[in-house]
Amino acid sequence: MAEQKTFAISILQDSHTGACWSCGDMRAAHFCDSCGKVQPAAPTDYFSFFGLSKKLHVDTAQLEHDYYALNRKLHPDLYARMSGEEKNWSLEKTSQLNDAYRTLKDPIARTEYLLKLEGMNFEEQSKSATEQARTSGEVKKQAVPPDMLEEVFELNMQLEEARMNKKIGETDESLSRDLEQTKTHLQQKFDGYFEELRGYWDEWDALLDVEQAGHVVDPAQRQSVLNKLIDLLNRRSYIRNLVRDVNEVLEG
Amino acid sequence: MAERVVGIDLGTTNSLVAFMEGDRPVVIPGDDGSNLLPSVVALDERGNAVIGNAARRSLIETPERAIYSVKRLMGRGVEDIGEELKLFPFRIARDLTAGEVMRIQLGDKTFTPPEISALILRQLKRNAERFFGAPVDQAVITVPAYFNDAQRQATKDAGRIAGLEVLRLVNEPTAASLAYGLDKKKNGIVAVYDLGGGTFDISILKLHDGIFEVISTNGDTHLGGDDIDNLLITIALNDIEGELGLDLRRNGEAVQAIRKAVIDAKIALSSQPSAKIDLQLPEDKRYQREISRELFERLIEPVIQRTVGPCRQALRDAELTPGKIDEVVLVGGSTRIPRVRQLVKELFQREPHSELNPDEVVALGAAVQANILAGGSEATKDMLLLDVTPLSLGIEALGGVVAKIIHRNSTIPASATEHFTTGVEGQTSVAIHVVQGERELAQDCRSLARFDLKGIPPMPAGLPRIEVKFLIDANGILHVSAREQRSGKAAEISVQPSYGLTDEQVENMILESFDYAEQDFAQRQVIEARNEAETILAALEKGRRNPAWSALTSIERDQIAKLENALRTVMNENDHQAIRKAIDALNQGTMRLAELMMDSAVGQALKGKTMETADVGEGPSAPHPFAPAEFKD
Repeated sequence: MAEQKTFAISILQDSHTGACWSCGDMRAAHFCDSCGKVQPAAPTDYFSFFGLSKKLHVDTAQLEHDYYALNRKLHPDLYARMSGEEKNWSLEKTSQLNDAYRTLKDPIARTEYLLKLEGMNFEEQSKSATEQARTSGEVKKQAVPPDMLEEVFELNMQLEEARMNKKIGETDESLSRDLEQTKTHLQQKFDGYFEELRGYWDEWDALLDVEQAGHVVDPAQRQSVLNKLIDLLNRRSYIRNLVRDVNEVLEG
Repeated sequence: MAERVVGIDLGTTNSLVAFMEGDRPVVIPGDDGSNLLPSVVALDERGNAVIGNAARRSLIETPERAIYSVKRLMGRGVEDIGEELKLFPFRIARDLTAGEVMRIQLGDKTFTPPEISALILRQLKRNAERFFGAPVDQAVITVPAYFNDAQRQATKDAGRIAGLEVLRLVNEPTAASLAYGLDKKKNGIVAVYDLGGGTFDISILKLHDGIFEVISTNGDTHLGGDDIDNLLITIALNDIEGELGLDLRRNGEAVQAIRKAVIDAKIALSSQPSAKIDLQLPEDKRYQREISRELFERLIEPVIQRTVGPCRQALRDAELTPGKIDEVVLVGGSTRIPRVRQLVKELFQREPHSELNPDEVVALGAAVQANILAGGSEATKDMLLLDVTPLSLGIEALGGVVAKIIHRNSTIPASATEHFTTGVEGQTSVAIHVVQGERELAQDCRSLARFDLKGIPPMPAGLPRIEVKFLIDANGILHVSAREQRSGKAAEISVQPSYGLTDEQVENMILESFDYAEQDFAQRQVIEARNEAETILAALEKGRRNPAWSALTSIERDQIAKLENALRTVMNENDHQAIRKAIDALNQGTMRLAELMMDSAVGQALKGKTMETADVGEGPSAPHPFAPAEFKD
């Protein structure tokens, strides 16, 4: 079964091929179709690596199955005593395989990756940017989701008070209770985003279906779905940071 | 036959070498018959290296010329072993300069930690060669899962210095799971708790039709039996000072004697309710003390509690609760301590496995991986190990913060591509600082290397686009390559490892080790001579079953038996010249037998029989099965 799948992948990727370095036959993506030898790593996106279209709904059980099957053929352990070149190709391809699998199996990482492929920039929300801002003391530009302005304002006041209490060694039981409640509420909101996300995946995948059927998709429509995804990821990471702040105060 | 690849467990306390014999991994014993080679190195009076049990004696008699637990120093800088120096009698070379790789003083010589480890590896290599009667040049070596890049690199260097091609570094807990998994090829989640002499690892794996996929790993590279020993030594030293008014802290000999006594007590306490320490001390004083298991457990509790945090983190990283773990496996000598077993049971809510000897299981697993790398066999068919990097890899960004580019627990090989540019017009080089660790600031992480990207074509600031690829290979070791994308030029990288030997230094050490190579060469000659002896003895066995045998006189037969016995006796000694002499003598003594065999073979052939049924052995190309071998000496 694994064999068949690999074959399917090679057909899908036939577009960027040359000849097999070993037997001269036309080259498939990971292995030569005729002699089965591993091929040099070519630049490819993670979806194509698994022979997938850029749809956001991914059958992760199938993905795992393919991941194991490809590992059984690509892994450096199988090339430990082979020529330097083949060994290197195996190493590079397996690292691509691992990178691709790690990204695609995780719903958020997968969505972020697609946005990057589509040329969208959401760097301001990235973790490194957050860390950088925290360390340098700069105020990170991060828009508060409009529907949360009031709640966030109140939360920040409470957090400030709790921090002050901590400094002078006091505890305010009712404040802690309030914060716990807010945290639970935020957590629920955070979890709820996943359902919303799946809704946008549906929209995106539908657009791809239209494209694959040979029709033209209105760029504005496409952009609107991407914007919705970015907006959602931003809100999600905003909430995550709030939860982290509350946790720091409650635990610390 | 495929070349033999051995599996080596280069441990803090003991080291072992193993290989796959048929479908089972087995440990190769040393010439003293012991499976464990104590990881102790000493120099004798003439400055020759002594390894293992022999060196252990020197630890007490001449501690200034001996070293143990050198694994703790692998890949570390002088500045980060301050704590170790308080507890271990490591003598750092006095003439070290800043930024230099650490060297240890043994007698009047100095060695880097990889060189000392290489001496241990060389001994294991010799043991294996004696066992096989053939050279061994390739190995799989195990390392603690939580070893960082520098510690891994240092281990690989040690292998090279010892004359071994290191086909793979395998994480110790993962290796252990391979040894266990060989029997029961079932699917499920397994946790491996590995508390050894100097390091602690916890790994959580998913077993799936022969694929051993590590989901998460955590640990502490400075936590193990050594810490328990040091705790007990400190207590004993305090007792002795308080009760007997004797401060022995600077008396190396006495400290080593105490160390031996507390280790004996620790081991006894794993099977007995109490143990006695009874030591004769300088100034005719005597230290006696009885330790109950209960007291022992109370004393060591803080040490073993340090394993709890990493276990919880590994579970969190794997997004699992203890209830989801199907099996727990114990590895490492320190898991013999009943309290440790109990703690593991509490943590994972199930009875842990310890069917395989916890001292040997890592080496056995290394042998399994060695077999897989050598092309596999029926026993290892379909087995594949997918391991992870234990620590996040990052680069120092503006303000000293770390931008993580490969996260911990990413399956290896793993890679990341980053883009860099220049900040000043005409700038032709960019400096990159690579770190490993989980902290947010570069200064709190482990510095791996500083790279200088050079040869960037002069361009206005911000215009060059340098693509740097970071790749962690299947050994967990980082490789970096760079390309300036606008010019398409491969940018030149000069790597300055923060704590490690340069390639050049390793090469030099390989050359220097030719001092020891003489000994190796002698060993190899003995092995070759023995192989030849086996061949001639086998041919003689065949000759005895040949009709030609009965044509010999009884005097001739007695003479042959005498020569054969002489060869069998001398074969077990380490004198290759004596073996060769005995081979020559037997060759001469069987000349007539060989001639008779030839004659009868020819006769048979004339009667229509084939050479094969005449049983000459080698056929026409070797008319005289006992023909003397050609010597190249």
